[in-house]
Amino acid sequence: MKEFLMLIRGGQEKYNSVSPEGMQKHMEHWQQWMSNLALEDKLVGGQPLMNEGSTLTEGGKKVIDRPFAEGKELVGGYLLIKAGSLTQATKIAKDCPSFEYDCSVELREIAPMD
Amino acid sequence: MEPKDHIDSTINHLFRQESGKMVAVLIKIFGTENIELAEDVVQDALVSALETWKFRGIPDNPKAWLYRTARNKAIDIIRRKKHSKTIDFSDPERKLLTSEYTLANTMDNFWKEEHIQDDFLGMMYACCHPNISPENQITFILKSLCGFSTKEVARSFLTTEDTISKRLYRTKAYFRKHKIRPSIPYPEEIDTRTTAVLSAIYLIFNEGYNSTHDDQLIRKDLISQAMWLCKSLLDSKRTQLPEVYALMALMCFHTARVDSRITEEGALILLSDQDRSLWDTELIALGGNYLNQAAFGETLTTYHLEAAIAYQHCTALNYEGTNWKEILKYYDLLSNIDNDPIVSLNRCLILLELHGPEEALLAIEEIKDHKIIHTYYLYYAIMGEIHERLIQTGKAVEYYQQAMQLTQSKPEQQLLHNKIVRCLE
Repeated sequence: MKEFLMLIRGGQEKYNSVSPEGMQKHMEHWQQWMSNLALEDKLVGGQPLMNEGSTLTEGGKKVIDRPFAEGKELVGGYLLIKAGSLTQATKIAKDCPSFEYDCSVELREIAPMD
Repeated sequence: MEPKDHIDSTINHLFRQESGKMVAVLIKIFGTENIELAEDVVQDALVSALETWKFRGIPDNPKAWLYRTARNKAIDIIRRKKHSKTIDFSDPERKLLTSEYTLANTMDNFWKEEHIQDDFLGMMYACCHPNISPENQITFILKSLCGFSTKEVARSFLTTEDTISKRLYRTKAYFRKHKIRPSIPYPEEIDTRTTAVLSAIYLIFNEGYNSTHDDQLIRKDLISQAMWLCKSLLDSKRTQLPEVYALMALMCFHTARVDSRITEEGALILLSDQDRSLWDTELIALGGNYLNQAAFGETLTTYHLEAAIAYQHCTALNYEGTNWKEILKYYDLLSNIDNDPIVSLNRCLILLELHGPEEALLAIEEIKDHKIIHTYYLYYAIMGEIHERLIQTGKAVEYYQQAMQLTQSKPEQQLLHNKIVRCLE
């Protein structure tokens, strides 16, 4: 089993305009999807992220009080999952509820550092 | 009622009714290794309720308010302890508590009404695990599931708070060590496991019903808690067993007579002298219903027979009108099920009523070789009674005196003392 990071990007515009009922329904989809992952022992962890943040560049000398990328590129959440291969991880990610909010999902395998 | 008193009594009622359920849910969330944590959250929620309601008044649905508060506090704790080793998050449902994507929904799922009742019953079965001693079982039930304070439990058992704390500690250590998971047992073992739960409930009941307490409030409290616990078993389909109905019926019949058993000064009144107009007819009728519902399946338990006996007493118009014949039949059946010397002794009392002292004496002769019987005050009390009826008052007094030495209960001693005085008149 390998571990993969799922980076979820974008979707803020749609999230900001959704009704409380719509949001509740959406969170129920997350519940179902993640619950299945947990039952299959494929879930390691993961969290949604706030829109605010700060970015350090130039060797840490320059600090900007916002995330590095914004809009469609803004990272809105992450998940760590277990899968046999990148193909399998990609297959798992296809059902991610974030697509309902026009997000993009990037999958990256955790790199072992020998 | 003053607003403050009103708040206090509402809180007290809620406390007793809901704290055990909240503890059960929180133990499911945090695991049996974190019982203290669960109890702390419930305490916190109750303190918040007291503080908030004092100023804003009691909300329309105080129970929902309490659950909501406990839920929110549980969320705070999960967030705080997410990365500590205190809580085992390896279980799939608990894993979902560690992500903000799923924390709130998972938490709400734990607090769904239909799960709460099961969790509560599951905790009852967990407490009554065969490897936990009966006294530790009932201590834990009263403290954690009935919302008693350590002090109240100590008063209930006429012991020190220190002893109670030790008992609680041992039970919690057992849960931790063996990773006991509270759950309602599977159908194939529900009968035997329920037997243990019922005997714990009956112990609590008897602690209230028997006369060792001077404090009427504690007695009533224990009685109502025992009945509440039994009722909660009857509220769930999986635990609606004949013996549960039978115990419920038995407790109704006993409780119906509780006010006529004791004078205001705490002295015992014998059945023959009780004012039957004080008996609670509604409770007797309710008990009758439960007893009817107990009559299914193949099970005939001691609770069925004890309830049938109590029913006969409850429905006799007066002492002379008691159907002793029928009662003797039940005692014979009881002796068949379980060879309990107390049952045999009580059977002798029925023989005394039905056939007179000679026959009662013959029957008691048969069981007098039971070693244990000679440590029971009841044996000597009955021997006294028999000899009094035989008009051998000298012997009767001797027996009554021996009985007096063997009981710790002041009302029992007083009653025996009165009999001695009667003999000597």
